[in-house]
Amino acid sequence: MNVFFYIAAIVAIVSTIMAISGKNAIHSLLYLILSLLAVSVIFYLLSAPFIAALEVIIYAGAIMVLFIFVTMMLNIGLERESENKWLKPRMWIVPSILAVILLVTLIMSLKNVAPVSPDKEAILPKQVGISLFSTYLLGVEIAAILLMAGVIGAYHLGSQKKKVIHRFLKTN
Amino acid sequence: MLTVPVGTQIIFAGILFFLGLIGLLVRRNMIFMLMSIEVMFNSAGLVFIIAGTHWKQPDGQVMFIFILAVTAVEVSIALALILQVYHHFKTLDADAVNNLKDTN
Repeated sequence: MNVFFYIAAIVAIVSTIMAISGKNAIHSLLYLILSLLAVSVIFYLLSAPFIAALEVIIYAGAIMVLFIFVTMMLNIGLERESENKWLKPRMWIVPSILAVILLVTLIMSLKNVAPVSPDKEAILPKQVGISLFSTYLLGVEIAAILLMAGVIGAYHLGSQKKKVIHRFLKTN
Repeated sequence: MLTVPVGTQIIFAGILFFLGLIGLLVRRNMIFMLMSIEVMFNSAGLVFIIAGTHWKQPDGQVMFIFILAVTAVEVSIALALILQVYHHFKTLDADAVNNLKDTN
């Protein structure tokens, strides 16, 4: 099991380095998604399978898709001439190899691990849920208020403001 | 189960955190800076998970769920701000946004 931890750690570090040193934002975002998947493998190895699923679903699934949408909205005019370079093999072969390494790691660890028994080591989602809604109930409510503020703030900041001009001041 | 020493795991989280910090400090593109902040959030959550596994308590995972909520809010607000900045300044360079005066 230890070697899987080191493999996933190396993949995470390498893909993070590639993400923060890239020129193109989309390529860096793909490397960042790969880094998050590697950290998710580490969460699984640390006997936190619920958090590993959340990492894939929310981080790599929702937040990074938001990033990619905004990047595509912004660069749609700037990147037009370099679109042909995206399809070269050197742009996607390294992330593919790293992703394949991650996949092999996951498969091997699933094969070698003992059948999931009521193990005292693993922290099951039931315990997390009970703790979340009993001990940390106030934190959940505060997080709900924060999410509400986030929704309102993103709507307010993201809306395009119409420029209001009095009809006497219009030039045409 | 995993028998990697806790120190090694914390070192890994620290490497990720400092990679994010370096990216935040070096890059001037706002998208890349936000990505670096994401890496730092993720490594902080990783430390919580490591500690929760080490002491076999669910509290670490609860804290990671809170970090997830905070990250989602932060990313949505920051991306909306980046869109506004891009519409106003026509650039994503963070150094171009260092003046408070109205440019039009």
